[in-house]
Parts: sequence; C-alpha cells; structure tokens
Amino acid sequence: MIVAFRHKGELANPLIFFLMVVVFIPLGISPEKAVLTVLAPGMIWVIALLATLLSLDGLFRSDFDDGSLEQMLLSPQPLPWLVLTKIVAHWLMTGIPLMLLTPLLGTMLYLPAEGYLPLMISLLIGTGSMSLIGSIGAALTVGLRKGGLILSLVVMPLYVPVLIFGASAVNEAVQGFAYTGQIAILGAMFVSALVLAPFAVAGALRISVNT
Amino acid sequence: MLQLNGFTCIRDGEPLFVPVDTVINAGDVVQIAGPNGAGKTTLLRSLCGLFDSCEGEILWQGKPIMRAKHEFLAQLLYLGHHPGVKKSLTARENLEWFAGVNGEACALDVESVLAKVGLDGYADIHCHQMSAGQHRRVGLARLHFDASPLWILDEPFTAIDKQGVERLEAKIQEHAAMGGTVILTTHQALSFSHYRTIDLIKYTEAFDGVTHV
Repeated sequence: MIVAFRHKGELANPLIFFLMVVVFIPLGISPEKAVLTVLAPGMIWVIALLATLLSLDGLFRSDFDDGSLEQMLLSPQPLPWLVLTKIVAHWLMTGIPLMLLTPLLGTMLYLPAEGYLPLMISLLIGTGSMSLIGSIGAALTVGLRKGGLILSLVVMPLYVPVLIFGASAVNEAVQGFAYTGQIAILGAMFVSALVLAPFAVAGALRISVNT
Repeated sequence: MLQLNGFTCIRDGEPLFVPVDTVINAGDVVQIAGPNGAGKTTLLRSLCGLFDSCEGEILWQGKPIMRAKHEFLAQLLYLGHHPGVKKSLTARENLEWFAGVNGEACALDVESVLAKVGLDGYADIHCHQMSAGQHRRVGLARLHFDASPLWILDEPFTAIDKQGVERLEAKIQEHAAMGGTVILTTHQALSFSHYRTIDLIKYTEAFDGVTHV
C-alpha cells in the first residue's frame, strides 16, 4: 500500500534559507578564496543541518491541527510504517533538494573539486539520519503550542555526531585522505536510525495525542 | 459489542463525569449528551483508545480494547472534531488518503461518494476553497465507503445545512438497520426515535451514584 503525501507547500523554505546563508557568508566573512576553501565543508554541513531543523516543526504540525494524525493513529495499518512514509516524504522534500543544490553552493564557496563527491554522499546519508532523528523530536513536541524551541533543544545534541562525521568526511577528502570510514559510520547511524526511529516516533505521537 | 463498566475519564486527578455503566449493541444509535466540558469528546476519544487516563473498563466483544486493538481499529471509524481533511489536497485526494490509511480495498468511486454528500462536481477542488460545511462534508463522505461497523462521530452535525443533516440522519439510520453501531455527540435531538441518550453528569456537580442507562 502506498500512501501518497503530496503537495507540501513548505518545500522552498529551507532551500532558500540554505541558499541565502551561503550567499551571505562571503559578504560577511571574506570573499578570499583561501579563507572560504577552509570554511566550505563545515559551513555547508552546518547550514544543511539548520535548514533541516527549520523544516522539522511542520512535519506533524498540520496533521495534528486538522485531525489527520488521529486518523493515522486509528488506522489498522502499523503506525511505524505510516510514520516512515511521512519521514521518507520529508527527506525527499528537504534532504534530496539540499544535496542537489550543494554543487552550486560548493562553487560559490570555492570548495575544492575533490570535496564534491564526499559532500554529496555524506549529505545524502546524513540528511536521511537527520530527518529520522528529527522526526522523533517533532513527534514529541507536536502537542505543544510553541514546540519549536524545545524541538531544537531536543534534537540539536542528537545531530552533533552526524555533523562531526559528515563534515570530517569532506575535510579528509579535501586533504587527500580516504573518507570511506566516515561515510561508513554515517551509514551505520542512518541504518540504526532507520530501524529505531519509526517506533520511537510512533510512541511519541501516541503520547502527544493523549491530551 | 461495546461495554462500559464504571467508566470515567480522569483529568488533573479528578474524574470528569459520573462513571457510566452501559452496554452498546450492534444496531444501536447512542447519543452522548451533556453540558460543555462534561467530557463528551474525551469519552469518545477514550473509546477509540486515543486518551488513556481513565478509570473503569471498556470491553470490546468481551475483551479490553487495548488488548484487542488491531481487530478493534479495523472495525472503527472515528470522525473527530477536526475531520482530518487536508486543506491543501483536493476532495478526491483526501478520500483516497482515507481509503489508503484505512486499508480499504480501493474500489473507491470518488464521484458517486461525493454525490451522496451533495458535493458532486467538487472532486478536484482544493479543500481550502470550500466553505466550512463543504469541508465537513468531505469528512462525512467517508461514511459512504467505509465498511467499519462501529462509527464514533464527534459533533457530526456542526456546520452542516438542514438538507445535509437529513441526509446524515438517514445514513445513520441505514447503518444501524444494517447492524452497525453509531455513537455520536450532538446537542440537538435527532429526528428519528429509536436511539438512546447517555447523559454525562459533571462529576463536580454530582458526587454520588452511577448513571444507569
């Protein structure tokens, strides 16, 4: 069974945020190639992380407000599956476009050529983990009127490992070292999040709706 | 079918209403009445298992609902205060979503279902362009293709015009006649006679006794 979650209007928001920050960095710091090259890998990763965080609050919010969330909870289908389809949709709407934008942004920040492939691979896997982990936070805070701040506080520490390994994969590659180790760790994080997060989200949603 | 034994919902450590004892059988139409804040919606939500801070027990075919959750959910249609209709989707997409989530075999004929709630020709209109009543009707359209025997409807008559109310009442009667069960909250009296009413009494207003219906 395929549940289609379409027409998400908030698609452009994180992308524009992503693009704007990257445009402002050279203006705010320095347009020098030497400076930007050093900053680029970490910067792009940090911005991708913040852009994902920005989009998380809306993940279950509209469903909660219009009652669709209750309908999902009452569905005879297993809730973790339904939740997983929502997360996959979120990832396709934020993670994938972010990843596709990176070559452009890399050019704007003078990212060395060796960095592109690892950046895209690490973002591809990393944004997947971030959508999965972030959805737990979104599910926990969906019942709160102003959940945005708490959501960031809950999710931020969990994003740190993803950020560290993601950015370091790109840095290693730029310096000419092998980066497969970092990618493997990112992959491991992704797989464990993929297996565990849907159950955590399902439980969290049940608690959030129970008011 | 559904049995409540000394059932009440707890909020902030206090029971909301005087405990209810009742048996709801197939073919019954039950109206839950009571003043605002008596816990009508909360009672319906706990009947569905969405709210679990309760006392007493709910038995579904002899088993507690939490124990028989899967079979229970497969037989349940719940239409809440917010009907779960997405404004950014068209009526057709909304109904397809419901059918998908509820795992109905997809022999869903959207046009004819919408015609039954008086929305013919609105299949491909986005729901944010609809009025409150039309929006509500999209939610009610589910009653016309969902085969679940147990309907739990929270204020189904809000925002619906006279004709719509008649149609909905007819649908409820038809469902009951076919052996289905309908539990609903509403403040108005229903136009047909064979239904019964459970009056919720605020716990703070009556400290003793059990309502027998």
